[in-house]
Amino acid sequence: MLSRIQFGLNIGFHILFPSITIGLAWLLVYVRVRYERTRDPAWLQTYKLWVKVFALTFAMGVVTGITMSFQFGTNWPGYMNTVGNIAGPLLAYEVLTAFFLEATFLGVMLFGMARVPGWVHVVSTIMVAFGTTLSAFWILALNSWMQTPTGHELVEGEIIAASWLAVIFNPSFPYRLTHMLLASGITASFVVAGLSAWRLLKAPDDPAALKTLRFGARLAAVLVPLQIVVGDLHGLNTLEHQPAKIAAMEALWKTERGAPLTLIGFPNQEKRANDFAISVPKALSLILVHDPDGEVKGLEEFGADVPPVAPVFWSFRVMVGTGVLMLLLAWIGSYLLRKPVVPRWLLWTFAGFTFSGWVATLAGWLVTEIGRQPWLVTGVMYTADAVGEATGAELGASLTAYALTYTVLLISYVVVLTHLAGKGSQ
Amino acid sequence: MSEYLPLIFAGLMGVAILAYVVLDGYDLGVGMLMPAAERLEQDRMVASIGPFWDANETWLVLGVGLLLVAFPAAHGEVLGALYMPVAAMLVGLMLRGVAFELRIKAEGWHRELWNWLFWAGSTLAAFAQGLMLGRYITGFNSGAGYWLFALVVGASLCGGYVLLGATWLILRTDGPLQAKAVAWARWGLLWVALAVALVSLGTPMVSETVREKWFSFPRAAYVSLLPLATLAAWLWVWFGLKRSETAPFFGAVAIFTLSFAGLAYSLFPYVVIDRLTIWEAAAHPSALLFMLVGTAIVLPFIVGYTAYSYRIFRGKVGTGARYE
Repeated sequence: MLSRIQFGLNIGFHILFPSITIGLAWLLVYVRVRYERTRDPAWLQTYKLWVKVFALTFAMGVVTGITMSFQFGTNWPGYMNTVGNIAGPLLAYEVLTAFFLEATFLGVMLFGMARVPGWVHVVSTIMVAFGTTLSAFWILALNSWMQTPTGHELVEGEIIAASWLAVIFNPSFPYRLTHMLLASGITASFVVAGLSAWRLLKAPDDPAALKTLRFGARLAAVLVPLQIVVGDLHGLNTLEHQPAKIAAMEALWKTERGAPLTLIGFPNQEKRANDFAISVPKALSLILVHDPDGEVKGLEEFGADVPPVAPVFWSFRVMVGTGVLMLLLAWIGSYLLRKPVVPRWLLWTFAGFTFSGWVATLAGWLVTEIGRQPWLVTGVMYTADAVGEATGAELGASLTAYALTYTVLLISYVVVLTHLAGKGSQ
Repeated sequence: MSEYLPLIFAGLMGVAILAYVVLDGYDLGVGMLMPAAERLEQDRMVASIGPFWDANETWLVLGVGLLLVAFPAAHGEVLGALYMPVAAMLVGLMLRGVAFELRIKAEGWHRELWNWLFWAGSTLAAFAQGLMLGRYITGFNSGAGYWLFALVVGASLCGGYVLLGATWLILRTDGPLQAKAVAWARWGLLWVALAVALVSLGTPMVSETVREKWFSFPRAAYVSLLPLATLAAWLWVWFGLKRSETAPFFGAVAIFTLSFAGLAYSLFPYVVIDRLTIWEAAAHPSALLFMLVGTAIVLPFIVGYTAYSYRIFRGKVGTGARYE
């Protein structure tokens, strides 16, 4: 159990940073190209401010990511023994094609602006953005394969790839990848908007900050609705391939025709029912089957192979709830930001929503990872069969060390980011 | 073909680990030397490794990645046995990497704190890596003698990294800082000489397999060339310190490469000494082949753009070199 908490802590902490850098990298490409075209120093100043934010976030992502590469072995030896022939190459491709690319060109991007021609610097910025996206491609290919495995076969007791194309482009992969890339774009938009709003609270007449606030808000206003559509498609895909996860997300215990949508309630795993539930009749069938009397499979269909319902149910509601708030803020904000004078309450709200993308991303990640339990690789291996043999004392000690380090890092990160943003780009 | 695949991957993994040790070695060494320098010199030292450390650390991920991919059975066994030093190294690398970014942005006592964490993280990571190596060579045997040996290897690697860091600074700086770096490099060299001697004597003592390899005739005659070449490289660095800016760094790299070759010779064909050979631990040929194709295509690009990056940042670093 400690092993799982530790891995969960590490991966959950790690995911925070790529969820910003993937989106932010492309925003930087945009700003950098605008500067190259216009030669307007305002673009350069904007670039220089946000590249600092990027560098810090990237460094956090790298150092926490290295931890991951070791923990696959230390915490999950059973995992590599069973599906190492699939997981290993995907991870190795990530290192080879993505990590070196982004790390090397990041050096040029950060320190090379005065040393290389403008176009080389633009290309370096693009390479970094491309690298972060490629990295998401490989890691989500692996994660999706674990959720909806295809393309593998069992030969002499070993699981090997029969078709690498089928392994990589497994059924849930396109949805999951799009969902994650959009999530990163939205997270980055809110970080940009929130930190710019923070700057405007301190220096109301900073034109650059107003510009980036508008930009972040408008981008989010476009991306959030797209995300809702993609999220719905992803959900329907999950219904097809992992119906138990959907049943847990909606806390639907029994298979029903015209199933109700439980808005809020307390799933009770022992009674196999929801306490104090408020539901909308037939709504779930309407959403999932697009027919008010359609049949939706409940948790009873899956025997013992069901995830813990309450955390999945609640995480899903946190994700959707945060998403709705983000949508409202992005739309209302974009509308109000058309005028030159911005009300202070709006600035405070944007500042408060700086890391809202993290809340939604983490909640979504909990839904998909807890929702897969008790499987580690759906239908192939159970999580319980993969855990390592490190002793309780070792795990306890290292878990404490990680937790301490992470707390220090996270606090420092947020403090430095607000400090940087507070100073602005001038 | 498929019986050569484990061999090819053992070679690739060796290259990745050696690249890591040399590349991250110089920047960890620079980190360890921080307290010995003045404030402005510290900024310059950090600037000399700024554009590279990220990519340098990626070689570690590749090395571990290849162990994971190509020798999954060994990955679990090795990293499981090295649980605590690995955790210590990771905490060290995290502190170092983040301190890097944060010390630039911090002011006042915050800056001092991050400088200190930069040093502490570098030292912890270096020592933990040496400890890992020491435990690995002894086949993870418990007992006071084996642990003592691992501690000696830990201290030795620190000395090696200091040497790499100091010679890197000779290459990349000038003036008083360069003069200091020459002095540091001398200490590093003495440290390394003592360490290599101790470890070379200790290794055959803690492992019979290794003893066989080095002291059975007629092989001993050929393999004695390795220690002799290491001695030559050592002398080259020692006498090069006064005359050349480049010779010391490349000499230090030669010392590392030769020591690494000696180690590889000692261990081959084991990936976990006396327990698992590379053939026993290898992944399924289908996985290895898929990997090999990717590596053959991508590795030349990596080497190419890495070389390009070093070309962009060649020459001496200034004091103010932050984000330009």
